[in-house]
Amino acid sequence: MQVELHTPITDEEILALHAGDTVLLSGVVVTGRDAAHEWLYQNFSSPAGNPSAADCAIYAELKSYLDRGVIYHCGPVVSGLETRQYRFLSAGPTTSIRQESYQADVMRLFNLKGVIGKGGMGQNTLSYCSQSPAVYFHATGGAAVLIAKTVKEVLGVYKLEWGVPEAMWVIRVEHLPLIVTMDAHGVSLHERVREISWKELDRLIG
Amino acid sequence: MERDLTPGICELIRITSTDLPAPVEKRLQDALAGEVPGSAAYHALCSILENVEMARKDSIPVCQDTGTPIFFVRYPRAMHMMDIEGQIRQAVEMATQKSFLRPNAVHSLTGKNSGSNLGDDYFPSIHFRQMESDELVIDLLLKGGGCENVGAQYSLPDERLKAGRDLEGVRKVVLDAVFRAQGRGCAPGFLGVAVGGDRETSYAASKEVFLRGFDEENPDESLRRLEAQITREANQLGIGPMGFGGQSTVLGTKITSIHRLPASYFVTVSYMCWAYRRRRMTVSGNRVWYE
Repeated sequence: MQVELHTPITDEEILALHAGDTVLLSGVVVTGRDAAHEWLYQNFSSPAGNPSAADCAIYAELKSYLDRGVIYHCGPVVSGLETRQYRFLSAGPTTSIRQESYQADVMRLFNLKGVIGKGGMGQNTLSYCSQSPAVYFHATGGAAVLIAKTVKEVLGVYKLEWGVPEAMWVIRVEHLPLIVTMDAHGVSLHERVREISWKELDRLIG
Repeated sequence: MERDLTPGICELIRITSTDLPAPVEKRLQDALAGEVPGSAAYHALCSILENVEMARKDSIPVCQDTGTPIFFVRYPRAMHMMDIEGQIRQAVEMATQKSFLRPNAVHSLTGKNSGSNLGDDYFPSIHFRQMESDELVIDLLLKGGGCENVGAQYSLPDERLKAGRDLEGVRKVVLDAVFRAQGRGCAPGFLGVAVGGDRETSYAASKEVFLRGFDEENPDESLRRLEAQITREANQLGIGPMGFGGQSTVLGTKITSIHRLPASYFVTVSYMCWAYRRRRMTVSGNRVWYE
């Protein structure tokens, strides 16, 4: 089934999705990868968090973009760094599993309805997706130019001092092609494929 | 060196980053033909092929992770390593400014990105070999972090996998590495395998084997057979493009064997994502060409 979604996304729209569905996503998306997840968790989720006023201001702005929104695990190639006329050139997903220990907490912070990445995530995220509800969207790894073409506008950037890949880029996308691989009904395509391939491996080398 | 090769090396980087070699694209097309139309695997391969075309047309990096630039340089007696190294580093910086490379060199302790792709002596990675030839040959491999992270090294015998010190043991551990990678190395990928060496040389050789011709046959018959068997069996795992499930998981396997210590038997598996970015630049007299 192919579905068109627009951020912010409703719970009803999320619950109608199933692992294997293809989605064309439009609206505002924020990129965030290793540094962003660690920063968000340590400052705003962890009981030991003690964010600076400047960080609180960034957090408040992010909230305005991310309520019922989507975070994208991506470290893009961006042109226009000197003139600040930013343009996304190449922007495929990065491996998501590195964020597993932070993801559910970060999703809770913003009431995220989706995460985009590649390779799938673990049990914590899958459980959160069922509770929330929310889903994990898989973008095609390496299809970076195709994805960048769906980025119509760069609305802003936070923490550029972390470097271009790690910064949080606020972008407006149109018809970003995705596949739901972990749904809000407890189904993970990744788990399914892993089980099938495990049996086959056992047959081949057992 | 009399000539400044910096712009020429920058061009090598541009081609490598933005234009996938024809044999890789051909294998991706063949893989698409083997998937069920409408399946997630089929969608993924369609996006991949469309993306390859767009990248070439607009001269934009095929993948945003332009990886570690890995240079293999064979240079003649008349040239100096230092000069070539300096020009490679300048070209890397130039290519980064032109957005053919993403700034990828991160200080491991401070987390600071240098912004130029220039790090310490290890970044970019440059391997030199002096040759009895008048030609300068520079091979470039761009290998992204996703596939680098799923590479693996096994020390045989491996009790868990019941893998002994023979080619049957090699087969078992390589298939295990493919299983563990699932789709995270951006399948369908290519495998570079080194049998032997020490921990360091085994990893290096497992990457250097990616420079072999795509259709070049392994001179060792037993390895040639094993390459075909591993590719076939890896595809039986059903992991498929991006790990969505499907027929194509591995598009090719290359194996090399290097000398080892009596006590060691390493098998190293380097995984190259579908975006197998590799190009060669040859300089002979006044002529420069790319392939």
